Amino acid sequence: MNFPQLSVGSADLAWLREKLVLDAEAAGLLDVAFRVVDTPVGPLLLATTTVGLVRVAYVADGSDAVLDELSRRISPRVLDAPRRLDPVVRQLDEYFAGTRTHFDLPLDLRLADGFRREVITRLPEIEYGRTASYAEIAAAAGSPRAVRAVGTACAKNPLPVVVPCHRVVRSDGSMGQYVGGVEAKRALLQLESVA
Amino acid sequence: MSLSDHLPRASLPPFEEVVARHGATVLRVCRALLGAVDADDAWSETFLAALRAYPDLPPGSNIEAWLVTIAHRKAVDIHRVRGRTPVPTENLPEPASSTGNPGEGDDELWSAVAELPFTQRAALVYHYVGGLPYAEIGTILGNSPAAARRAAADGRAALRRRIEHGTGCRS
Repeated sequence: MNFPQLSVGSADLAWLREKLVLDAEAAGLLDVAFRVVDTPVGPLLLATTTVGLVRVAYVADGSDAVLDELSRRISPRVLDAPRRLDPVVRQLDEYFAGTRTHFDLPLDLRLADGFRREVITRLPEIEYGRTASYAEIAAAAGSPRAVRAVGTACAKNPLPVVVPCHRVVRSDGSMGQYVGGVEAKRALLQLESVA
Repeated sequence: MSLSDHLPRASLPPFEEVVARHGATVLRVCRALLGAVDADDAWSETFLAALRAYPDLPPGSNIEAWLVTIAHRKAVDIHRVRGRTPVPTENLPEPASSTGNPGEGDDELWSAVAELPFTQRAALVYHYVGGLPYAEIGTILGNSPAAARRAAADGRAALRRRIEHGTGCRS
């Protein structure tokens, strides 16, 4: 027996998905809300918990791995909920327009443990338009010999752009690596030096 | 349904992926079972209940069968609210459903489906719209795979009788 396929319009489904986000939020079941936005340095995935912004990720190669990680490490109750990220998007827009030099957002640092978290909390001390060396950050974090560990902490920064690991460079002044690629790092430093 | 649905996975996929992958199928099942008016509510309640229970779902579970199971409970609830015989059972004769046909596709067939007893209708819809095997459907209906298969066969036979020379029902 062949049943005719009932057509389900994408508009119907989009509306139901929006309603699900609202219902989930009202029921306290939206553990991780995310959104992908286009920026001058490529698409960024933004994710927030009820505590604050928990993840910023470069997702030019796709979001699946990042979403899997959020599901595994925080909660599988992960939904695409763009409006929850509105304040973050507004501040990012201002930052990329050159009118914002400091992010004023609640952050959830649970994805960075131990020394990595120590490093992450130091990074906002590097002022907009300035850079610091990996060695300087190691010293500031109380472990002057942990230069390589600072490099790892920056590479695994769960909140790039917002927590400015792009301002950490090599002692010889060369840029070093970046989680979003060297081109993105150059673009961010250039943006900040012009403003 | 893709192969990966049946492979065990170390952790649960993000719920967004569950909605993206199964949202349309569950809506089709709800519409075929309940009609367009009640289907939206059933879909919303199904996915909210699923989101609530999701962290406790064992990784590697058949997510579509799990969702249809929840949708089935919601559909039974809606039948209860409509004041009809609430719980589908295998042997008792059941009144035709009060909930309308889905109003799309082949109207003649769907209005005939809407007139089937609930168990026959559910078995047909879960198999032909939801794509589930009768083993899963038996679990959902609280009977055996053989009983689920028989309910679907009875439903098919009833449809054939009702649409004698119709165009929508081909065996």
